[in-house]
Parts: sequence; C-alpha cells; structure tokens
Amino acid sequence: MATIDSKIPEGPLAEKWTNYKAHQKLVNPANKRKLDIIVVGSGLAGASAAATLGDLGFKVKCFCIQDSPRRAHSIAAQGGINAAKNYQNDGDSVYRLFYDTIKGGDYRSREANVYRLAEVSNNIIDQCVAQGVPFAREYGGTLANRSFGGAQVSRTFYARGQTGQQLLLGAYSALSYQVNQGNVELFTRCEMLDLVLVKDENGKERARGIIYRDLVTGEIKRCSAHAVVIGTGGYGNAYFLSTNAMGSNGSAAMQCYRKGAWFANPAFAQIHPTCIPVHGDKQSKLTLMSESLRNDGRIWVPKKLEDAKALQAGTKKPNDIPDEDRDFYLERRYPAFGNLVPRDVASRAAKERCDKGFGVNNTGLAVFLDFKYAIQRLGKQAVADRYGNLFDMYEEITDDNPYETPMMIFPAIHYTMGGIWVDYELQTSIPGLFAIGECNFSDHGANRLGASALMQGLADGYFVLPYTIQNYLADQIQVPRFSTDLPEFEAAEKAVKDKIEKIMAIKGTRSVDSIHKELGHIMWEYVGMGRTEQSLKTALAELEKVEKVFWSDLRVVGVADTLNIELEKALRLLDFIEIGKLMAYDALNREESCGGHFREEHQTPEGEALRHDDQFSYVACWEFQGEGKQPELQKEPLNYEYIKVQTRNYKN
Amino acid sequence: MWLINSSIGRKLVMSVSGLGLILFLTFHMAMNAVALFSGEGYNMVCEFLGANWYALVATVGLAALVVIHIVYAFILQIQNRRARGSERYAVTAKPKGVEWASQNMLVLGIIVILGLALHLVHFWSKMQLTEIVGGHEALVYQGLAIAPTNGAALIAINFSNPLTVAIYVIWLAAIWFHLSHGFWSALHTIGWNGKNWIKRLEVISNVYTTIIVIGFIAVPLLFLAQSLIDSNFVLEYVKNTL
Amino acid sequence: MEKNISFTLKVWRQRGPKEKGAFKEYKMQDIPTDTSFLEMLDILNEQLVNKGEEPVVFDHDCREGICGMCSLYVNGHPHGPSTGATTCQLYMRKFKDGDVITVEPWRSAGFPVIRDLMVDRGAYDKIMQAGGYVSINTGGVPDGNAIPISKEKADLAMDAASCIGCGACVAACKNGSAMLFVSAKVSQLALLPQGQVEAARRAKAMLAKMDELGFGNCTNTRACEAECPKCISISNIARLNREFISAKFKD
Repeated sequence: MATIDSKIPEGPLAEKWTNYKAHQKLVNPANKRKLDIIVVGSGLAGASAAATLGDLGFKVKCFCIQDSPRRAHSIAAQGGINAAKNYQNDGDSVYRLFYDTIKGGDYRSREANVYRLAEVSNNIIDQCVAQGVPFAREYGGTLANRSFGGAQVSRTFYARGQTGQQLLLGAYSALSYQVNQGNVELFTRCEMLDLVLVKDENGKERARGIIYRDLVTGEIKRCSAHAVVIGTGGYGNAYFLSTNAMGSNGSAAMQCYRKGAWFANPAFAQIHPTCIPVHGDKQSKLTLMSESLRNDGRIWVPKKLEDAKALQAGTKKPNDIPDEDRDFYLERRYPAFGNLVPRDVASRAAKERCDKGFGVNNTGLAVFLDFKYAIQRLGKQAVADRYGNLFDMYEEITDDNPYETPMMIFPAIHYTMGGIWVDYELQTSIPGLFAIGECNFSDHGANRLGASALMQGLADGYFVLPYTIQNYLADQIQVPRFSTDLPEFEAAEKAVKDKIEKIMAIKGTRSVDSIHKELGHIMWEYVGMGRTEQSLKTALAELEKVEKVFWSDLRVVGVADTLNIELEKALRLLDFIEIGKLMAYDALNREESCGGHFREEHQTPEGEALRHDDQFSYVACWEFQGEGKQPELQKEPLNYEYIKVQTRNYKN
Repeated sequence: MWLINSSIGRKLVMSVSGLGLILFLTFHMAMNAVALFSGEGYNMVCEFLGANWYALVATVGLAALVVIHIVYAFILQIQNRRARGSERYAVTAKPKGVEWASQNMLVLGIIVILGLALHLVHFWSKMQLTEIVGGHEALVYQGLAIAPTNGAALIAINFSNPLTVAIYVIWLAAIWFHLSHGFWSALHTIGWNGKNWIKRLEVISNVYTTIIVIGFIAVPLLFLAQSLIDSNFVLEYVKNTL
Repeated sequence: MEKNISFTLKVWRQRGPKEKGAFKEYKMQDIPTDTSFLEMLDILNEQLVNKGEEPVVFDHDCREGICGMCSLYVNGHPHGPSTGATTCQLYMRKFKDGDVITVEPWRSAGFPVIRDLMVDRGAYDKIMQAGGYVSINTGGVPDGNAIPISKEKADLAMDAASCIGCGACVAACKNGSAMLFVSAKVSQLALLPQGQVEAARRAKAMLAKMDELGFGNCTNTRACEAECPKCISISNIARLNREFISAKFKD
C-alpha cells in the first residue's frame, strides 16, 4: 500500500499558503507557450482555470459536453458566494470562515486546504467585481450581503437569485477573452471518454491526454497535453432524480478512477433540504428552491398526527391548522440557529418528521416552508422583492401560490462532497492529473455549507491551481509536445471503441432511462438519507443486478458513429452504476454518522449524528482494482492542529 | 464605410432619412393646412415654392432622401430574409406587445410609394415639373387654363373625384401605420431611448403621426364634401383663383 | 389539480444540417398535466426507443430555466406560450385535451439545425469572444468595494446580465437579428465602471462579429423582448445603438 502524501506545506496554518507560493517552482513565460494543458469541464472551476492558465500563457484546450461553456450547471446556483470580507463589520474573518467550513463539514476536511480556501475567498469577490459581475449593492454603492445556513455572520455575496449564473458568465467571459487572445481553444459538444497515461523515461506513468467523442459526428478523437485538469462536477445524478442538470455526470471522474486515481469519500453526498417534492414517476429532475428562503420562511409540520393525515388525504388545507398546532421542529430542536441550521441537519430533521408520519402532501414526503409570518412582519412587497422570482418559479411548477399557501419542500440529492482525491496541490494520485471544483473530494468534508460551492470552484480555478500546476509543469519544460500516435493513445482509443461496440451490440429491450431510474431508486432507498449496514449490503446486491440488466438487456437505438443521445446516456449510466457501488462500499465502511452520511446505527439518543473520531477521522481513498473487483481502501488521516474537534452543536 | 457595412450604420441611414422625410411631411402638412382657410394664401405658398433655385435644391435633396430610404429598405429586407434562413416556421403567432406595423414596414412603404407616384402625377408634374420644362399651364379645366402655380385650383379639381379621395385616404392610412412605428423606431435607432422613455416615445410618435395625417386628410375630405354638397363648387372655386 | 390530457404532437425531424426535414405526427395519450413539456418529450422518446425508433433530439440541460440550453419553438412561440419562461419551465397544464402542438427548431441562418430540434448556437460564443468581456488578468484587481456603484446602475446591469444566451430573440425576430443578445452584454458592461473603460471598443467588435456571422438588421419590432424568457428590454438595444454610433463618430 502506497503511503499518502498530501503535501501540506510546513509552517503555521495562516502562513502555509504564503510559504508554498514563496517556494514553489514556476515556469517562465517563454516555456509556458510550449506547454499544453487540457481542461475538461467549463463550469466555475473549469472555466476559471482555463481562463487563468491561458492568461498566464499556457496553451489550453477546454472541453465541454454542452453547446457552449456558459451552460455548465454552476449556472444554476442561486443563493450566493461566501467570502470573509467582513464588510458588514459583524465579526467575520478568514479564521471564522475557515472554522465554520470545518465545523459545517463535520470535521472531515483538511485544515490547510480549508484555510487556504477562506484566505483566497476575498480575492474571488474582487476578481468578479472587476469582471463586471453585477453583485447586489446597497444604496451607498457598496456590496450587499445576506446570511446563509451554518453561519452567524452575513458573508454571502449575491446577484439576485442568480449568483451562479453571474459568476459563471464572469468566468465564461474571461474564458472568451482568452479564446480571443488565442490562448484557449474550445471543444464544445465533446465528451471525454478516457484518460491517457504515458510512461516517462523513468517508467513513471503520467496523465498525457484524453480520448473524447465528438457528440455531433460521433467520431472518437485523441488529444494530448502536458497535464490534464478535470473539473467535471459531481455525481449526484447516480440517484436519477437530483437537482443536477440532465447532462451532469460522473464519467470523467470515473475514467480517472479506473486509470488509478483514488476516489475519496464517495459516500458524502449532500441532500438539500429545500427542493420541490417529487410529484410523479415521469419526473426527470428535482428543482431546488434557494436556501436563502430559509432566512424568512419558517419550516413546520402539524403537531397532531390526525392533522397530518388530513393534509395527506387532502381534507384539510395548511391554513386550517392554527399556529398552536404547528410544530416548527427546527426552531424547537435548534434554538440558536433555528431554520438556518446546515443542510444536512435540516434534511435529516425533515426526514425524521416524515418517517414519523407527519409529512404534509399526498405522498407523505413533504414539509411546509411558510412565508405567512414573513409577510406579516415585512409586508407582501418586501417578501416579493426578496423572493419574487423564486415564488413565481414555484407557482409555475406546482400551481400553488406561495404568498397564500405555504410552500411544500422535501430534501433531494444536490451536491457530492466526495470525489477524486487530491493533495494540497490539487493533484490526484496520478502525476499530471489535477481535479478541481466539485469533482475533487475537496474542502467540504462530510457536508458543504451553503454558498461555499461557488467559492471553492472559483478558488481552485482562479487562485490555487494556476499556482500549484506550475510546480508540476516546471519539471516538464523539456518534454516536447506529444504526438497522439503513441501506442498508449492507440490502445486507449481502441478500448473506448470496443466498449461502445459492446454496448451497441447488446440490443436488448430496456431503454437507458428505465435502467437509470431503477438505479436511482436503489440509491435513494438504500444509500440515501439514512443508511444501515443491511441497506448498504442490499444496495450492493441490487447494483450487481442492475449492472447485469445493463449488459444483457439494454437497448441503444441508432448507430454509434453519429449523434446518438441514447449512447451518450448509456456510457454515463455505466459509470453511475460504478459510482453507486463505490458509494455503498464507502458508506458501509464508515461506521459512524457525519455530515451528509447518516448511519442509523450511529446516532445520539436525540437522533443527532454520532461521529467516531477515534476510528474514522480519515479521508477514505478508494483504489480501483479491476472491473468487478472490490476497490481497495487507503486512509489519509486527518490531523487537527488548530481546531478543537467537537460535536457539532447548532442548539445553543 | 460603417454606414454601409454595419447593421447599426445602415439602420442609422434609415433612421435619419426617415426623420428627414417626417420633417418634410410636417412642412407639407402645414402648407396644406393653409388651403383649408384660404386658396389665395395657398397659391402664394405655391408660387414661393415653384421652380426657384432654393425650392429646386430642396426638391433634389428630398428626392435623394426618398431614394436612399427606399434603396436601404430593400437592402435591409434582402439581408434580413437571408438571415432568417431557408426554412420558414410552419406556425407563427404574433407575440403580445408587437405592433402590426413594425412587422410590415416594407409592405406599408410600397403602398406609400404607389400613393406617392399618383400624387406626383396629380400635383408635382403639373406644378413644379411644368415650370421646370417651361410650360405655362398645368391643365385646362372646363375651358379655363390653370397656371402651374395655381395649387388651390388643382386641389379643388382633383379632390372632387371620390375615387381619388378614397385612394388618398388609403394612402394616408398607410402613412399613419408606417410612421407610427417609424417615428419612435428612428429615435430608438439613433440611441434615444431608455426604460422610461420607451413608452413616452411611443405615445409622442402616435400623437405626432396622428396630427400630421389628420392635417393631410382634412384637405381632400373637405373639398370632396364641398363638391358633393354644391355641384358648382369646383368651377366657382377655380374661377376665384384665376 | 392533476388530470390527464391527450393531444397530437407535430415534431420537426431532420437528420442533419444539409438534409431535408419534415414534420412527423405523434399521438400522445394520457399525459398528466403536471409533467413539464420536456418530460412529455421524454415520454415520447421512451415510447420511440421501445419501438426501436430513434428518439427526438433536442437540447436541454438544467431544466430549471437558467442554462439556456432548451430551445423549442412551440405553437409559434420560442419557448412556447408562457411568457418569461424557458421551454423547460413550460408545463402541460398550459395545453388542452385534443390540441395539436407543433414543435419546431429555432429557424435562423445563424443557427443551423444539427439534428431534429437541436441547433448550433456557436455563433453566440463567437460574438462573446469578439468582445463580451473586460480585458483583465486574474489577480491584481482593486478591492470589491473600491469603486462604489449606485444601486440603480447595478440593478440595470443585472437586468441586462440575466440573459441566458438561449437564442429565443433570434428565433422570434423576423429579421433573424441578434441585437437583443449583443445589446444585453454591451449594456451590462457599459453600465458598470469596470466595463466602461473599453465600452466603445466592445460595442464595435461585438457588432461587427454579429454582422459578419450573418444575423439580420434590427427593425425594432420588439418580438425579441416579448419572447425573451428573461424579459430583457429593448432599451438595451437603444443603448447599444448609442454606444456604437458615438464610438463611430469619435473615430
């Protein structure tokens, strides 16, 4: 077993990043021009990295599966982006943001990484403002802030309910600038299908390129570079229904995993508490309602079981239930944070109530988010100013008017904290392969705080990777540009083609979506919000069956060498099945509850998550051992030098 | 040259030439209004604007504006059709807030040109053109020779024909539609617009256009009405102008 | 609230950019009214795949109205009959039992059809690359609060910036003009001091690229504004005109 070196720099916590930058190796401008970098993905992380690397002078090739980099799913983030600016003078600081993030992540992330994230958060805001991102402003002309779950300060910067969109368009415009300058080449509607490793003169395998499919022509092509960066987002769509975009997938990460990159903490998936409940079996995705709604909305279910039954049967309306019969369970259980507890806590509390039979819609899987009180306190206009567009969106989808009747919400899969393992330099266990944004296992530990995903994606892309990748590339300046005729490329391309041929030859009866739905059902039932040893073992057995169905009964119509949306989905589904297994293995191994991972065997008498720091204070790194074989676990211990590890407490 | 090569440049030419024509229409309407009150006064204006050098220069300028406006209209139309692509939508629906006129400016423009041609035959060829070629009479009406500067008589004679008046009304209606969009659109194109001004400009444009068109339409209607009431009206009127 | 409807779908099917397309009719039975329009197409595709036919290809991704990927021309309207919404935010409750629903791709020379209802909007990327940015490097920028920006200006910039680049403006325009898209980006950046510095250069470059790519000339019909899923105002077009004309006169 290899030893894990996470390359944390020496020195006190607050000086580590400064020290690193002071001593790292750099590449001079003349050499930068000679070095190629592939960036896969064009979301906040991918676009910001590609733009910044291009701006530094590297030759960048940026890939995305959509028709334009601007479509990446980062665009859908609504609420905001955190930064430790302390513009509100409410006691914020880099240390406090660092502390909140570690605590919010239930003490399962690296101190040094998180501190660096908090440190560069302020630069992100400055950068975005300079790009022309229209952040919300006060009348005095300064930047406005709002509060978010898991924090007691207002540190979230926002652009209406479209912060992700504005930040992504900022990164996209920076990327467009670099395309104009000739430093970045875009490959749109192209999907990475494999990572290519090439041995160097010392016999060491390095990431040197990718195999990709042109989604319009169906051609399989090769691309080579001195380093490969993947920023392809999370794998939440393994659950079929999630808040992710239809195209979001974990395939690029899985290709890296199959080539030897460790996959870390796959079980850590975030379930977002405020989504619109599932309404039928034809549903294709779940819609998130911004977490910012919890600033003014109050979450409740009936106190009396008979009221809940009446709501489920449709014989009572929510407004028929008087205030004294309403159970504001978050305010009851967590007086200090109330409705603004972190996402994992809020989600679990909703599940607890619904499991007890207090759910409020016909499926019994929903709770109320009520704005009656905010409207009484602030007036309808003020509420409309803050949340008008979200209310309209809700009404469009559900045909209910949230000004008059409470919204119904239920938790849904939203974000995956787990991902490709990276060291302090964001380099994976494969030399020359880097992972950024949601795609890496990153800085959020077992649970991510609201408004921190945008922060991490941009931190990695603008301010971390462009430094750390040079430390690697400085040794590569003697290496000339690669030919894609190398036997390694040929072999990788052949493997991809064989795989596609094999899938096309199944000619069964089941559509890709029908199998994907089956997978999603297994994941949600057995690897969902509450997991047990039994459920996880069931999941593994069921996943085997799904995989068999895939290989024996899948039907992909059409041909492979042209545009074929069914083939695209089939390739991704295969990787989702693999991810599902990985999640189940990891969840089974982690016999404790922390953050988004809740093992029902491990809870306090009050039903809170119970961690076992003595046994599980580590990053679980899974190493691929071959198709059909159980992956091997390696552990990177987490040492907390600057923070006292505590039980999370949002009560007082 | 950006007035030819860029889309906004081409639109600017349309806009400025259009505004120039609106200005001309305003003068023309004011001039016509004189005929409503006094044939004598109107003829003084006609004499003033006969084949004098300044009137000729203005006419050439005006003609240039018309030609530019028309030529650009066709260029834009051809380019826009090409930009639309080769396939057409099978189903189209007019979205709310879209004026009918705005999508039919070319058709309206063609009606305006046809009307203009007739108008030139009725008046300009008899008046300024006749003077230019050295003629001394516009036409002979019931044995009376009408001088090229006797606009008032021409008005009375032409507008006693109900068919002519009907054509003029249709023509002016087309001008109303053309201008109701063209006026604010021209101002929009030169960049004069904003969140608040957009409504205001539309109102101004409608009011202004309506005033101009009413001013024009009043003359034929008034003269037709008078000739219908009194069958001797035209002859009497013409005699008075001699 | 919930009920099922049956209707006829007329869908444009086209193999490739150069090939001839045609409408194909599909009878849809018992579709719940609380499914979204795209979920209804998913149902159709599932049925087609089960019959061994190729599914209808259409662009879609986030399905929450922000990525700008979905692009269907439904019953004569880009993004369908709802106002201020994208195709993915259109629900079947907008339709009645027995309706005939015609679904076409965006039709414009600037957006060639790739397959069925999927079009190539790469032209928008090219316009953005021509100047839709502030030419700054990463790092070395002033503090976020160093330049105060009035709330009014910031809000106006945000209105313009909410463009999702879906192409509905071009699809709706009888002139195939991309002015609303171009003007939204030019306006956003011209309104903010950060973008003001190169506002003239940007307006000229983006417009020149738009013209070069074969988009039409704007005639202010306001169809773009009426069909824009983000309700972007044509006052942005006036601002672009102003920026462009004054830049040209300064040259």
